[in-house]
Amino acid sequence: MSIAQPLRHDVVTPYLEKTGKPGLSLAAEVKEQSGTDLFRCYQCRSCGNGCPFVQAMDYTPNQVLRLVQFGMRREVLSCKTIWICVGCHTCSSQCPMSIDIASVMDTLRLMAVEEGVAIGKPNIIDFHEEVLRSLEKYGRAHKLGIMLGYKRQTGRWLKDLDVGLKMLAKRKLDLIPSRVRDVKEITELFQCYWRESA
Amino acid sequence: MNDVRQLDFSYFPGCSLATTAAESNRSMMQAARILGLNLIELEDWNCCGSSSAQTMCKNLSLAMAARNLSLAPAGRPLVAMCPRCLHYLRSAQECLKAEVETREALEEKWRRPITTDLEIIHFMEVLARYGLDRLQANARRSLKGMRYVPYYGCTLFRPPRLAKEKYFQGEMENILGALGAEAVPDALSYRCCGSFLSATDPEIVTPLVQEIIASAAAAKADCLVTACAMCQLNLEMRNTSKAKIPIFHFSEILALALGAEDYEEWFIRHLVDPRPVIRKLSRAA
Repeated sequence: MSIAQPLRHDVVTPYLEKTGKPGLSLAAEVKEQSGTDLFRCYQCRSCGNGCPFVQAMDYTPNQVLRLVQFGMRREVLSCKTIWICVGCHTCSSQCPMSIDIASVMDTLRLMAVEEGVAIGKPNIIDFHEEVLRSLEKYGRAHKLGIMLGYKRQTGRWLKDLDVGLKMLAKRKLDLIPSRVRDVKEITELFQCYWRESA
Repeated sequence: MNDVRQLDFSYFPGCSLATTAAESNRSMMQAARILGLNLIELEDWNCCGSSSAQTMCKNLSLAMAARNLSLAPAGRPLVAMCPRCLHYLRSAQECLKAEVETREALEEKWRRPITTDLEIIHFMEVLARYGLDRLQANARRSLKGMRYVPYYGCTLFRPPRLAKEKYFQGEMENILGALGAEAVPDALSYRCCGSFLSATDPEIVTPLVQEIIASAAAAKADCLVTACAMCQLNLEMRNTSKAKIPIFHFSEILALALGAEDYEEWFIRHLVDPRPVIRKLSRAA
């Protein structure tokens, strides 16, 4: 676990850039975007204790909320936890203060992507990008193509080879993608998509 | 069956049921046909957006789900089997209700109206609402003696936005219980299967799946029954322990009980052979 940096507010926040309005703290920004009030958190740690993935995280979910409350933008947007979270909502359903923690994670991920910070778990964003490439092309997810593309990106060709072959043998991975007829309607939607070339 | 009125629904298969989990799709179609539920596949549907679009771009995620809503004819409910698809379709509908301008912009782009009062429901909800007496009338094989863990996965009733509507907990037990199967309560029914981490970081997911399977084995369950195709795949694919417990799609068990004959074709697509459980059932009958 990394040592927390001293309390620091960035001078020009992306919120300021976008809206021209100063003064909104990171916590208020996250509250606005996620629609959930994370000021209610009193660090009971129910979320951290219940999260099935907490062992692979660098901060527990309650620590992530704390970083947000402290305004530690860079620290929280570049952490691993927000990428490891799959949105299973165990935390949200266990929180005694009804904070939808999973939707805070959603918001933080989007902010990390939009602000172009160093991604805490790059292989996961590689995977999401690969899925989006497939969606852009076919309108539906072509799993074999996604897995091959992901392997190309990460260079780990042998990892999981046995499982892949087993799935092929069971015909669970279709060679030919299922696709949308009017695929132009789909590709048009990808104009908004944040590009790595940027 | 003939004396029962046919009910029409639009049906959204989603990427998993159209491909990797084709056996879930086929068995559900069989079950629906037997029950007189007419599932009409949504014309030219696209991916609901999935976690990946949700992660990378809010507008994209909304628009992908919204396109499906724009394709759904008004006047009949839209049914999904995949809990994640259901979640994203419903979330998009909520959003389009609140953001009129966004909706109008999309309607203009596609030159189609988007009905925001379209009912979006899970297949299990269809059964609970219209199917329970039809189930009793059409049951052909008894599930008596089958001890299963009802495995709902994370999405069907946990996200706060969905929980406000239909609460599914116990629904699987109602349906399969009516057909004679026995739910095993003391296993990890609600633990997350690992979702996409199974593809990106199997070393995180494998021990979690082992724990789920071990809990089912300790409870002496014959199998797990899932409501979600991704759970089904992850629980089979990431189980490296010696205890090989088969994982069924909910629709497979349903169709089996309703007398569907082509189950061999579904079961050969499983990574863990489920046929011993079926043989045990037919011996008991």
